[in-house]
Amino acid sequence: MTYAASLALTLPEMILAGGALVLLMIAAFAGDRSARAVHWLAVALIAAAGLALLGPAGNGGDAFGGLYRADPFAAFAKLLIYVAAAVSLAMAPDFFARDTTGGPQGQLRAEYPVLILLSAVGMGMMVSAVDLLTLYVGLELQNLVAYILASFMRNNTRSAEAGLKYFVLSALASGILLYGISLLYGFTATTGFDGIAAAVATQVEGGGLGAGTLIGLVFLLAGIAFKIAAVPFHMWTPDIYEGSPTPVTGFFASAPKVAAMALFVRVTVEALGPATDAWRQIIIFAALASILLGAFGAIGQGNIKRMLAYSSINNIGFALIGLAAGTEAGVAAVMSYMAIYIAMTLGSFLVVLQMRDADGRPIETIASLSGLSQSRRGLAAAFAIFMFSLAGIPPLLGFWAKFLVFDAAVAAGLWPLAAIGIAASVISAFYYLKIVKTMYFDDPAPAYAPANSVLEGGLIALAATAVSPLGYFAVPALGVVTASAARALF
Amino acid sequence: MIEAVAFYLFATLVIAAGALTVLVRNPVHSVLWLIVAFFNAAGLMVLVGAEFIAMLLVIVYVGAIAVLFLFVVMMLDIDFAALRAGFVRYLPLGALLALVLAAEMVFAIAAWTAGGIDLGARIAPTPAAKPNIEAVGALLYTHYLFVFEAAGLVLLVALIGAVVLTQRKRGGGRPQNAAKQIARRPEDAVRNIDAPVGEGIEL
Repeated sequence: MTYAASLALTLPEMILAGGALVLLMIAAFAGDRSARAVHWLAVALIAAAGLALLGPAGNGGDAFGGLYRADPFAAFAKLLIYVAAAVSLAMAPDFFARDTTGGPQGQLRAEYPVLILLSAVGMGMMVSAVDLLTLYVGLELQNLVAYILASFMRNNTRSAEAGLKYFVLSALASGILLYGISLLYGFTATTGFDGIAAAVATQVEGGGLGAGTLIGLVFLLAGIAFKIAAVPFHMWTPDIYEGSPTPVTGFFASAPKVAAMALFVRVTVEALGPATDAWRQIIIFAALASILLGAFGAIGQGNIKRMLAYSSINNIGFALIGLAAGTEAGVAAVMSYMAIYIAMTLGSFLVVLQMRDADGRPIETIASLSGLSQSRRGLAAAFAIFMFSLAGIPPLLGFWAKFLVFDAAVAAGLWPLAAIGIAASVISAFYYLKIVKTMYFDDPAPAYAPANSVLEGGLIALAATAVSPLGYFAVPALGVVTASAARALF
Repeated sequence: MIEAVAFYLFATLVIAAGALTVLVRNPVHSVLWLIVAFFNAAGLMVLVGAEFIAMLLVIVYVGAIAVLFLFVVMMLDIDFAALRAGFVRYLPLGALLALVLAAEMVFAIAAWTAGGIDLGARIAPTPAAKPNIEAVGALLYTHYLFVFEAAGLVLLVALIGAVVLTQRKRGGGRPQNAAKQIARRPEDAVRNIDAPVGEGIEL
C-alpha cells in the first residue's frame, strides 16, 4: 500500500491535525479576539472530518502496514466522538466569557478549540489502533490535552487542582499501561493486534496462557480501565469532574469515554479474543463493582457534577456488561449504549451549564434545583427526561440501552450478571429520581439567571428529544449501524 | 584482547563511580560521579554493539538529566551537619534494604546461570549489514512514520499547554518597541539650550 493510500484512510485525522495547526496560527496572530471565530471554525473542521468518514476512511482496511485500521467500528466510534467534541465546543465560549476574573474577555481563549481538535486526533487514533504503539501514542495525545483542559481556568484553584490530580493519577495509569504493553510485546513478539491474537491462540492451545502474557493482559486492561473510570480505577473521577470547568467536564464524560471504551472493546476482542476466558472475569468484576459503587456513591452527593461523575461510573459498568458477553451482539450493545449515553450525558451537562445565579456565576449544588419546575418549566422537563433516561425507566431511550446489554449478557449465558445489574439499576434509580423530586416537589430556591443562549436551549431540546420515546424511531437505524460496527471486529 | 581490557576498564570504572556516587558526602560531587558512571556505561554499550543506546546514554542522561540534577542540587540549601545525623536511627531500615538488595543479587545470578527468560523473537531482526542506528532510523521513518508524526503532535500539545497554563500578561514591563524607536525624530528627542555662564538651566 502506498503512502498516499494510507493517508487517504487517515483523512479525518489529517483534516483535524492540519486544521488545528492553521487555527493555532490564527490564534497566535489574531489573539484572543479571534476566540469565538476559532471555536466555530473548529466545529466546521470536525464536521468536515465527520464527512470524510463517508469515503475510504470509513471502511478502507489497514493503513501504514497494520498500524491503523479504518473499519465501520472505528467510523461509528469516531462519529460519536466528533458529535461529543462539537457539542463541547459549542457550549464553551459563553461559559468561559462569563468568567470575567481573567479580564474583559473572560477566560475565553482560542487555544481551547485547538486543544479539542488535537484531542479528537488522539481519540481517532485510539479507536482505529490495531497496534499497541498507535494505541499508546493516541491515548497519550488525548490524555495530555485532558490535563490542560482540566486546569484551563488557571485562576480557579479547584480547576488547577483538578488538572494536577488528573496528571499525577493518569501518568501512573499510563505507566501501568505501558508496562502491560511491554510485557505483551515481550511474550508475544509483536505489537500488532493480529499478531498478538495469533500468539495468544497458540499459547492457549498449548496448555493455557503464559504467566507473563497474563500479567501483561491484566496491566493493559487496568490501564485502559482507568481511562474509562471503571471501578477499582475510578477514584479520580468525582474530584476531576467537580473541579474542571463545566464544558470540559461534559467533554470528559462523553468523547474520551467513547474513545477509551471503543479501544477497550477492540483490544479485548481483536488482540485478546482467543483469551476471552482470561479477561471475561476481569470485565465482570469491573462491571459489577462500577455499577454498585456508582449507585451507592452518588446517593450522598450534594454537588451535581460529582453526582454526574458517579453516574458516569455507574453507566460504564452497564456498558461493560455487554463487553463481558464477548459476543458480536454484546459489542453492538456496547456501541448502542455509548451512543445513547453521550446524548443523555451531554444533555445533562448542558442543563448544568444553565445553573447560574443572577450575576452569572455557576452554581453546582443539587439543592439549588429546588422548584425549578416553577421558574424554568422547559429546563426542568428536559432535565427530568435525562434523569429518567439515565435511570433506565421504560418509555425513554435509556431503557433500550440497558435492555440491549442485558439481552446480550443473557444470550451469552451470563444471566447472574444481568440479574445483579438489573437489581443495582433500581438502586441508581433512587438518586436520579431524587433530582426529579427536588425540581418538582421542593420549595423553590432562588431562581437561576434567565436563559440567554438559543443554541444551548436548542441543543438541550435536541438531546431531550433524542432520548425521549421519539428516539425509538432511530433505534432500527442504530441497530443496523452498530451491528455492522460489531461485525467488523469478529 | 583489547575488548577484554576495555571491558574490565569500563566495568571497574562504572562500579567505582557508582559506589562513589553513593558514598561521597557532597551531593555536587555525587552528581559528578554519576556522570562518570553514565559515560562508562555508554562505553560498555558500545562494546556489546548497541551504539544507539550508547549515544542515548550520553545525549539524554549525561547531556540533559545529569546536568538538570546538578542544577537542582546546586540550588538546594544543604546542611552538611544534618546529613550526618540520624545514622543509628536509620540503621535497621538501611540494613534491611541492603539485605533485600543482596537477596535480589543472589536471585539474579541464579536466574542468569539457569538461562534467561524465554522472550519471543524480535518483530524486525536487526539486519547484520546495517549499524543499529541506521536500522532504528529506517524503521522509525518508514514503518512507524504515522506514530512518529503523532508523537510530534504530543509534543506540540505539551508546548501549547505550557503557554496556556503559564503565560500571562503582567503590567509594568518595558518591552522594546523597535518601530517606535526608529520613528523617533531628533527634534522630538533633542533640545538645544543656550546655557548662560554661571547659571543653572531649567529642564
